[in-house]
Amino acid sequence: MPAKPQRFERRFTKLLIANRGEIACRIIRTARRMGLHTVAIFSEADADSQHVSMADEAVLIGPASAAESYLRIDRIIEVAQRTGAEAIHPGYGFLSENESFAAACHEAGIIFVGPPVEAIRAMASKSAAKVLMEGSGVPLVPGYHGAEQGTDKLAAEAERIGFPVLVKASAGGGGKGMRLGEDAAGFAAALTAAKREAKAAFGDDHVLIEKFIARPRHIEVQIFGDTHGNIVSLFERECTLQRRHQKVVEEAPSSSLSEQERERVCSAARAAGAAVGYTGAGTVEFVANDDGFYFIEMNTRLQVEHPVTEAITGLDLVEWQLRVAFGEELPLGQDEITRSGHAFEVRIYAEDPQSGFLPSIGRIERWRQPPVGNGIRIDSGFREGDTVTPHYDPMLAKLIVSGSDRLQALDRLEAALAGFQVAGVKTNVSFLKALAAHPDVRAGKMDTGFIERELPRLLGHGEARIDDRDLAAAAAAVLAAENRSATSPWDTSDGWMMVGRRRRKLCFDDAEVTLTYERAGLSLETASGTRPFRVNPRLDGRLDVFYGDGKEVVSGVWLGREVDISTARGSRRLGFADPFAGESTVIADAGHLRAPMPGSVRQILAAPGDRLKRGEPLLIMEAMKMEHTLHAPADGTLIALRCGAGDFVQEGVELVEFEADGIDP
Amino acid sequence: MAVLANGVDPRLPFFSSNTASMRALVEDFHSRLEGIGRGGSEEARARHVSRGKLLARDRIDLLVDPGSPFLELGAMAAFGLYGDEVPSAGIVTGIGRVSGRECMIVANDATVKGGAYYPLTVKKHLRAQDVAMQNRLPCIYMVDSGGAFLPLQDEIFPDERNFGRIFYNQSRMSAAGIPQIAIVMGSCTAGGAYVPAMCDESIIVHNQGTIFLGGPPLVKAATGEVVTAEELGGADVHTRQSGVADHHATDDAHAIGIARRIIAGLGHPEKSARGLIPAREPLYPAEELYGIVPVDQRKPFDIRDIIARIVDASEFDEFKARYGATLVCGFAHIWGHPVGIVANNGILFSESAQKGAHFIELCSQREIPLVFLQNITGFMVGKRYEAGGIAKDGAKLVTAVSTTNVPKYTVVVGGSYGAGNYGMCGRAYSPRFLWMWPNARISVMGGEQAASVLSLLRREAIEAKGGVWSAEDEEAFRAPIREQYEQQGHPYYSTARLWDDGVIDPADTRRILALALSAGRNAPIEPTRFGVFRM
Repeated sequence: MPAKPQRFERRFTKLLIANRGEIACRIIRTARRMGLHTVAIFSEADADSQHVSMADEAVLIGPASAAESYLRIDRIIEVAQRTGAEAIHPGYGFLSENESFAAACHEAGIIFVGPPVEAIRAMASKSAAKVLMEGSGVPLVPGYHGAEQGTDKLAAEAERIGFPVLVKASAGGGGKGMRLGEDAAGFAAALTAAKREAKAAFGDDHVLIEKFIARPRHIEVQIFGDTHGNIVSLFERECTLQRRHQKVVEEAPSSSLSEQERERVCSAARAAGAAVGYTGAGTVEFVANDDGFYFIEMNTRLQVEHPVTEAITGLDLVEWQLRVAFGEELPLGQDEITRSGHAFEVRIYAEDPQSGFLPSIGRIERWRQPPVGNGIRIDSGFREGDTVTPHYDPMLAKLIVSGSDRLQALDRLEAALAGFQVAGVKTNVSFLKALAAHPDVRAGKMDTGFIERELPRLLGHGEARIDDRDLAAAAAAVLAAENRSATSPWDTSDGWMMVGRRRRKLCFDDAEVTLTYERAGLSLETASGTRPFRVNPRLDGRLDVFYGDGKEVVSGVWLGREVDISTARGSRRLGFADPFAGESTVIADAGHLRAPMPGSVRQILAAPGDRLKRGEPLLIMEAMKMEHTLHAPADGTLIALRCGAGDFVQEGVELVEFEADGIDP
Repeated sequence: MAVLANGVDPRLPFFSSNTASMRALVEDFHSRLEGIGRGGSEEARARHVSRGKLLARDRIDLLVDPGSPFLELGAMAAFGLYGDEVPSAGIVTGIGRVSGRECMIVANDATVKGGAYYPLTVKKHLRAQDVAMQNRLPCIYMVDSGGAFLPLQDEIFPDERNFGRIFYNQSRMSAAGIPQIAIVMGSCTAGGAYVPAMCDESIIVHNQGTIFLGGPPLVKAATGEVVTAEELGGADVHTRQSGVADHHATDDAHAIGIARRIIAGLGHPEKSARGLIPAREPLYPAEELYGIVPVDQRKPFDIRDIIARIVDASEFDEFKARYGATLVCGFAHIWGHPVGIVANNGILFSESAQKGAHFIELCSQREIPLVFLQNITGFMVGKRYEAGGIAKDGAKLVTAVSTTNVPKYTVVVGGSYGAGNYGMCGRAYSPRFLWMWPNARISVMGGEQAASVLSLLRREAIEAKGGVWSAEDEEAFRAPIREQYEQQGHPYYSTARLWDDGVIDPADTRRILALALSAGRNAPIEPTRFGVFRM
């Protein structure tokens, strides 16, 4: 049995952060401000990561795979003991809601910066959590959370609740094992699928059934408890803008709650926390629509989106977590907690919205972010030159903006997003900008299905035609990359020559531009005409690109075969054609296949009339105790064989009659 | 270092009239280059391009590092010669940076008489090789030429510095470790076949390049064999069967890419950075150079005003400023390269010549390259000066100039006459490069002096026979002499015959010197052993 919460101060001086990326960095910042020593852990893939360089100490805990590193409870406890860390902050994700980990910390005499093990356990099963909440007067979505899992029973419960209903895995999360039953007929299929998925994902096919809430919004309340029995709420956050159940934009406060509703939902959240004897930071999530709000689940950890709460309350939630862990009372009582203004958070991901939001893996060749301060905060876990690996969540940074009201905050959000220039990996920045600018988002008319419905419009920018300014920006990126520091007069790049003018063709995707170097400067010719062109590097590493009569600030990175450009108009990647590539690799002898040396034909791999691709194996010879495979010399047709298996042939003998495509005889 | 004062007031009327007249010369020069830079006739160019080939200068644009400078040599070669139909003598030569390394590029222009070699084409090709040898620059030959221009074969084929010398130079350079690379982008017939064959490594373009000792017509005449050019010596034959060429390229751009890779693989040149400091711009604008040199060559100007617009930060440490003041000597930097400058500021006297010889000794001792700024009518004449031994002092200067082993660079900014040309490192004294400003003049003496000397002799002869020579008759005698000297002393006349490496825009002087100084560092400076100085 875990011990009761200790009621005396247990201040510690060394904290291990069992996480990585931006949250590890963010925790280290607060811990350092509070005078704590910090210990980071890292996998082999993260040796050069920002959190490792920020921490006072860092220890390698295993290979890249999370299961062998950030999820290794035994290793982490051992590292804490070895380094003398008295407490462990789990961050979010990984082991943050793992009751075994909390228990292991406890057993090892290490303070787990989080709630008591019982609270984690109580909230870990959605069904069990709901039973508990129902008893505490927290409103629940009408549903069935019973243990009886017979198909007929479940169908009957679904009828009782009223269609449409959702079937969910009891042990689930993240949308896995979740299915919509529109009516009685569709329910059977939904149930089968949900059970199958639940079994596969969680090893447990228990499901629960809930009423499906039309046009739902996601409201969550930040709560905090201490070891002295205090529970407070720090207002709500709205995370309605989601894609496939992953939050994309979070804001505080919610634009859809009246003050009375706000108070009701916050007090329900406090009740939920009280029901499990909660300590530390927790989030009670509700689904809401015009009819009311219903408890979904409680997250027993710091949330990704906690900074929006910090932005409107002016508090540091990590500091509060650590103070609670010290055994102190909460710094403020409920009526001392106030809010002002409005804040948004967006999650900047290394992903490609244009191809189904696939993670974009690679080196961050360039990272430019808007200046922080004046309502802009950026929590990032990556730096320029870091690599986004496939091992972990590809979230690069969180941008948090605040303003005196919602629209000002949104305007700032849009402007701040325009200040991001990331190259090397693709990001969702343009997508987020489109989202921030969407009139329905500005009007607060959203539900959790909004992004999915509006996706074509939100992705619209990326489909835009390449215009001349893009070509100018791409040419500027190439020139800037080539620009050498002029230590020698031969390093200059103005194309100086005595006779005539230098020309240079650059091909981006299907567009060709011609740069002309004249004594008076550069000009750029595109399909639509020739205009003056000048590139000036700026102190911030970006480029001032003067093209025609306009100027644009461009962040461009030339990656060999591709050029990434970002301007205030958006970001895009253009292909760059190697000017020295041969037109093709046709070899004039393509029509012949001759024996390269005397030897015997072992095997013939094609028959007359076969169409062959260049390089396809055609026959095998043996000579000098070695096998030699002869390949089709070009794309073409095998007309006839001039040899048979077992034949001995002399060097230079034509072995087959082969007709290559498109070769002049 | 000491900073040169600004000796120029652009508001003065003579300054603006100087500027106007120099600008007119510069514009004339640029407009002529514009035409020359196009190469052959419009039809020839269209025909060339329609075969998928790049023009000679476009090939160079693609070959050199993007946006990097190209220091062309002898752009106006053959100007006004051969019926004025052979711009640049049908061959583009110059120094360009390829894959980070300065190379000598020699590109035939097939739009000019099929790239045929005229006598001046040979001279220009050999000059490019000399520059490559002296500066140890890898050579890239972009070959596209039908070979010798047969009607002039006597001036092309047999002599020491004729066609055969090209291959001799290739062998000698290869032996000296100076890489020789050829890209065969057109015909390489007969003797021309040896350009790629003598190279260290060669590339040939499919369906464009051909290499053979005898072309199809000759083969048919000799043996009756009928064969196409491609079958006889195309890219396939030479890269697969004969091994005459090493790399097969599908087009010009591909071939140029292969050449860039070859150069990239040569490794770093052993370029000394001795004494090199960061470059600084001069304090005064280069355009003011236009206003400094008077229209009337007889009017003096202070050469320091030119130096101040060429050297880094306009800093110039003058040597022996109070002695032999008509020759200005001193140390400066050009684009960070330390140089010793020897510049005329009047006629040469014994003292100035001695001072020049002394200064060249200093630079040789210190391995500092020399820059000569020529504006010289000659050595002082007269009884007193001959008796003072001006000939032996002039000889000291010529000995020093001839025997020093530091790189020498000469710019003719005004007149270049008589023995002054010798003492100030004229073409015969093997400067690494020699350039002329468009206002320059070069001849054994000035037209006026020549006319005077010749008419004096004529008058003596007439009067000795008791004849009378009227002033009108004398003027009629003098005028054509002046005219001949004016024509033959003109920089276009000089540059057309490759007596120099090119006429340059005065505003480019600093840059051109800098490029040449930098390229010059590819060759180590050998120790100097001077000849006997007559004392």
